[in-house]
Amino acid sequence: MEAREMIKVNQLNKSFGDLHVLKNIDMTVFESDVVCLIGSSGSGKSTLLRCLNFLERKDSGSIIIGGKEVDPKNDNLNNIREKVGMVFQHFNLFPHKTVLENIIEAPVMVKGIDKKEATSKAKQLLVKVGLEDKADVYPNKLSGGQKQRVAIARALAMEPDIMLFDEPTSALDPELVGEVLTTMQELAQEGMTMVVVTHEMGFAKEVADWIVYMHDGEIIERGTPDQFFNNPKEERTKEFLKTTMLK
Amino acid sequence: MPSFSHFLEILVDTKDVFLKAMLLTLELTVVSILIGIVIGLFFALMKISKFKVLELISDIYVFLVRGTPLIVQIFILYFGLSGIFLLPDFWAASLALALHNGAYISEILRGTIQGVDKGQMEAGRSLGMTKVLTLRRIILPQAFRRALPPLGNQFIIGLKDSSLAAFISMNELFNVATTLGSNNFDEMTYLLIVAIYYLVLVALLTFLVNRFEKRLAISDR
Repeated sequence: MEAREMIKVNQLNKSFGDLHVLKNIDMTVFESDVVCLIGSSGSGKSTLLRCLNFLERKDSGSIIIGGKEVDPKNDNLNNIREKVGMVFQHFNLFPHKTVLENIIEAPVMVKGIDKKEATSKAKQLLVKVGLEDKADVYPNKLSGGQKQRVAIARALAMEPDIMLFDEPTSALDPELVGEVLTTMQELAQEGMTMVVVTHEMGFAKEVADWIVYMHDGEIIERGTPDQFFNNPKEERTKEFLKTTMLK
Repeated sequence: MPSFSHFLEILVDTKDVFLKAMLLTLELTVVSILIGIVIGLFFALMKISKFKVLELISDIYVFLVRGTPLIVQIFILYFGLSGIFLLPDFWAASLALALHNGAYISEILRGTIQGVDKGQMEAGRSLGMTKVLTLRRIILPQAFRRALPPLGNQFIIGLKDSSLAAFISMNELFNVATTLGSNNFDEMTYLLIVAIYYLVLVALLTFLVNRFEKRLAISDR
């Protein structure tokens, strides 16, 4: 069976002023793929991710989501964003809402789902991320790892087809990284299509189906974790691996 | 120089008149601040909108209000508007005070709206919420919460400013004090009495604002 193309990016370019941050990016993500975008900071990986749900607007090229090319000017981006969940480095939970309210906000307000139904679904999601006892707590009472798991549950509540993760563990204390990665790994095992910008090489090695290495706005190399980590072809990849693996 | 006991006597004797006037002062203040918040929100949103024209209109409004004395604004509205249509004195005064407070409130709200982390808007948008919905459900509740202390402060300023409504014959605190003072040829006593009323009101409000602030500090992240 041919796997479905969930995301297809063709010749994507993006500049911030004079800075050309994405150069002719081509990328395809198939259903249930887990793609890890890695590279040093400033390589454009976060910008690429943010282009995928149109938080950044491309300058040129095309982005096809679920088989349909998206035109940010004419298409309703809100409908697309419902299908593409996003988890941020700094969580971005709504501080004036409880954990439960954070999760049901979009299902109720955007999809118009009945509040009772949304609540019972939210509670299931909290069980899934291991935070069923935190439903009525405000985000300021949570640890970073717990916040990020709530953020994952919040994104999942919209029942997205694709999940984007923008350095989801970079703002966490080291001892809290594991719980978030475990949640993400479970999500991957359930078959969620995921694009993950990360510095966690261990996670990339173990969970990713594909590794995409970016440098200076270009995709330098892509491959399976085995190819990428054990047999990198490009000189710059070898350099990168040498410096990151030492840490 | 009247004795202190004489002063206390007058203070007690006039309490009914002054309490009634205080009620009007509070009414003027509350109404003008509430309308001022609506006006302020409106102009704050215009100021941060992407449209240069709206931004300019907001700038001009703030410039005009900040650049002219409140008493001039009150007179212009009172004499100007009453020439166009019949406006009860109370509403002329309230509207003038509201327009005045609105300019300062718009600056307060603009600051607190822009002070909300950009990630909040992104989080809302990434969940499929529209800009307006995110603004209403996510950004504004946080902005208003942070605006409460400065709004409380504006309330205190507005309370004292409402004394200028005396000049368009509102029988609020200041007007009652000057009227009683000149009727009894004893301005100083009544001015001191009205000062006490203002001080008590402001002290009460300050206490409430401070308590609010403390409670917010606790629930802040």
